[in-house]
Amino acid sequence: MNVAQLIETGYFDVQHRASDLSGEITDVFCCDLLSIAMAKGIPGAAFVTVMGNVNALAVLRLTDMRLLVLAEGIGPDEATLKKAKDEDITILSSREGIFPCAQFIHERL
Amino acid sequence: MNASDNRMLPDAIDFRLALCYDVRPNDFRRAGEASTDLKMRLQGLHLAPDIVRRAAIAMYEGEINMVIHAEGGVITVTVTDGEIRMVFEDKGPGIPDIDKAMQAGYSTASEMVRNMGFGAGMGLPNMKQYSDDIQIESKEGIGTTVTMRIFLPEEGTPS
Repeated sequence: MNVAQLIETGYFDVQHRASDLSGEITDVFCCDLLSIAMAKGIPGAAFVTVMGNVNALAVLRLTDMRLLVLAEGIGPDEATLKKAKDEDITILSSREGIFPCAQFIHERL
Repeated sequence: MNASDNRMLPDAIDFRLALCYDVRPNDFRRAGEASTDLKMRLQGLHLAPDIVRRAAIAMYEGEINMVIHAEGGVITVTVTDGEIRMVFEDKGPGIPDIDKAMQAGYSTASEMVRNMGFGAGMGLPNMKQYSDDIQIESKEGIGTTVTMRIFLPEEGTPS
């Protein structure tokens, strides 16, 4: 499943849509401690977290994860949204918890 | 953070890349910019993806440590045919007990920093894990210098 197909499910709210949505989502990675995410982030994975700050985006970029998925109704703050636009990164969000978000994606890989 | 080429460096060595970044204290919005810039430049040298990833992770941890603990500082990165060398120099409070600081889970980060997702006590352990060599020199009240090296395989050999 690629990013466009995940968006088409309608399960998530789209906070920012990157220009290229064709990248394949190969896995799901859940973590809120960014140093652990930095060490163990999986390239190509959907990064599911409640950390809606610019540092989560930096971790995503550096570990080659595919997109940011914010759970628990967390939205990106203004600076994070601007960075996502500047760096062309897709951010989705949901009111659901981390596990249901991750499970939804994982079942469709 | 500004990257400028060929600053503070001797010219006797054949550098493939030479960079210098200024890191501002407590500027979490810009934290990670130096690491992102380095990653792009290393990709430009067509280094193996695993090497680039390891360097980016080690660099990010060092950069974040500077933002959180060290009142900012300067990162110098050089790349030769044999290695990536990253030197982090700060005039922060210093590390009283380096062995303790190297233990996974040990952290002196503030509550505010923890709330941003940092302070898990993984910074220095990650830097050690993702570099081939790490040297730490620190004096309380004077500052800390961390030098990390990632060795590059000879051309034609697998990384």
